[in-house]
Amino acid sequence: MKPRDLTDLALRNLREAILRNALTTLGVAVGVASLVAMLSLGVGLQQLASKRLSQSGLFDTIFVTPKNSFRGMGRPQREVVSDKPPRPLDDDARKELEKLPNVIEVYPQIRFFTEVRFNNKPFGTVVAGMPESSRNAGAFDGMQGNFFSSPKANEAILQIEFAKDLSDKPSSLVGQQLTLRYAERQAIPSTSADTGADTTGGFSVVPKELQLKIIGIVETEPAAGYGGYGNARLLMPLQTASTLRAAQVNDLRDIVRGNTENKATYASLSVRAKSPSQVEKLEASIKGLGFNAFSLLDASKSLQTFFRVFDSLLGIFGSLALAVATLGIVNTLVMAILERRREIGVLKALGAADTDVQQLFFVEAGVMGFLGGILGVAFGWLLGRAITFGTNVYLQRQSLNPIDLSSVPWWLMIGGVIFAVIVSLIAGLYPASRAAKLNPIDALRYE
Amino acid sequence: MTDPKPAVQLEHVSRHYTMGESSVRAVDDVSLTISSGEFLVLLGSSGSGKSTLLNLIAGLDRPTSGNIQANGQNLASLSSLELARYRCNTIGMVFQSFNLLPRMTLEENVELPLRLAEVDRAERTVRVREALESVRLSHRVGHRPTELSGGEQQRVAIARALVNRPKILLADEPTGNLDSATGEAILSLLRELQSPLRMTIIMVTHERPLAEQFADRLATMGDGKLLSSAPVAKGVRQ
Repeated sequence: MKPRDLTDLALRNLREAILRNALTTLGVAVGVASLVAMLSLGVGLQQLASKRLSQSGLFDTIFVTPKNSFRGMGRPQREVVSDKPPRPLDDDARKELEKLPNVIEVYPQIRFFTEVRFNNKPFGTVVAGMPESSRNAGAFDGMQGNFFSSPKANEAILQIEFAKDLSDKPSSLVGQQLTLRYAERQAIPSTSADTGADTTGGFSVVPKELQLKIIGIVETEPAAGYGGYGNARLLMPLQTASTLRAAQVNDLRDIVRGNTENKATYASLSVRAKSPSQVEKLEASIKGLGFNAFSLLDASKSLQTFFRVFDSLLGIFGSLALAVATLGIVNTLVMAILERRREIGVLKALGAADTDVQQLFFVEAGVMGFLGGILGVAFGWLLGRAITFGTNVYLQRQSLNPIDLSSVPWWLMIGGVIFAVIVSLIAGLYPASRAAKLNPIDALRYE
Repeated sequence: MTDPKPAVQLEHVSRHYTMGESSVRAVDDVSLTISSGEFLVLLGSSGSGKSTLLNLIAGLDRPTSGNIQANGQNLASLSSLELARYRCNTIGMVFQSFNLLPRMTLEENVELPLRLAEVDRAERTVRVREALESVRLSHRVGHRPTELSGGEQQRVAIARALVNRPKILLADEPTGNLDSATGEAILSLLRELQSPLRMTIIMVTHERPLAEQFADRLATMGDGKLLSSAPVAKGVRQ
């Protein structure tokens, strides 16, 4: 029989016992809905975790340091593999890194420990310069106040824990001024005895102050610590921070190691990749240029593995309802064989082959699976939204920000329908084969 | 009107069933030749093996032994799929209980063999109309079988059997559920349709007067055996 005629007949058969078939389809829909809802929660949680982590900017960022960078105290020194002096992380290196493929931006890490005065009281903290691109990274979503008005503004955003140290009512800090006290690095000009040329022989440290206006308070940690640095609790525009020429750890290192070239070097540079998937390749390229490169990709991979296992478990639990629904399909189709025994006999007497009868029952099972799948995806989506809604009502009562707990991506929608059809076809295997094997003479005699 | 070339040839055909420890010889060593265009009636009491023989010719069942040649094909050599094609293209079947599908309209019932034969939709419509016109029911195409009388239902069943233009029409007690006048009208219709289609009709019945009125030849069966086979005298038929 032609596929169109087969489908026609199957749909007609399904319409004839509409209540029973609708209930069976509903059973499939409930099964698919449970599967989709479970997986949508898994996917939603994964996205939520990934979003929170990516807001820290750690997963698409590679931290580049020179090969001779300091190790933490008490840690063994790296093995020296070459007699050549290591490449300095200077402006030339920065330009070279900017030219690498899939690099969005390269910016220096400006991070120093200093003292902040507020209401004439001193508070020690780590200050970090934030690039303009971090405005859209998501870390500042939902902050109190605003992001920096310009890349060169004398403004500060405080991390909530530091803000709590400054005041019992952190929100009242927005709009107030604080004083940043820092050590400015000033080069000492020295004259060479032989040539009479000026060379940088070192630097002096001069105490300076800068008034900063507090314009926002953030709850996340946009400049989380790494490589031995503490978490920065006072954030200011990167350009403003760089003009301070505040003394940093590498300044001392350069003096000690006798870096006599008249070039500014960076303690570290942050290289942002277009996406986390390009981090691994980029990291290898940077290492090839003669620098140390470090990313949190491995942590991200572990997270992905965890969520795969988590999603599989949710999928297995969600599939249980679908397994019960398949029994419903088998039951419905076996009942249909008993009811349509005579009809099957007539079809065979008129020239239907065993395969025609088999395909007819297959199509009926497939149609129930397809419709059940579509309904199930819709129900699953609704269920996910309902769970998200309930969770958010609870979170709001606890004065917490709402979250998007469930997510039904397109692959889950299409996958849900395909899975329902496949499961239904498998459920239709036995009834279809039983119908095909029916002896037409017995079937015609059946009353 | 009959063609000397045989439409169906049975050679020592037997069909035995095993029921518990005993063996039932439903058809026992039957040899019979039915010419093309012939109207043969199989007579006999209940359980004589008439319907079993008809099912064997239809390819719905296979003989325990012996050979059946139908329309030049040896049925024993055909696979299950080939037998289905044979039923679809060569055979038309009419049953005592009509066997129309109650949830389909008359048009859809008659269309069913054409769907199985994968005939194009446009041609199907034409042929269904023709078939229903030939049994004078074209005005009731959209009706369902339950809305028709017994005689009308059997006419629809005949239209369904003839729509694929079969070479051989097998009718199993087609008048069994009808009153005598309607039964006579049905057989009269079959006789009327037989000539233009050059069709061979093999009909099972136990109503001898009706058989003598319409058949070319009567074959009588008893206990699975063919007891006699004789042409109907022209005078009797008329």
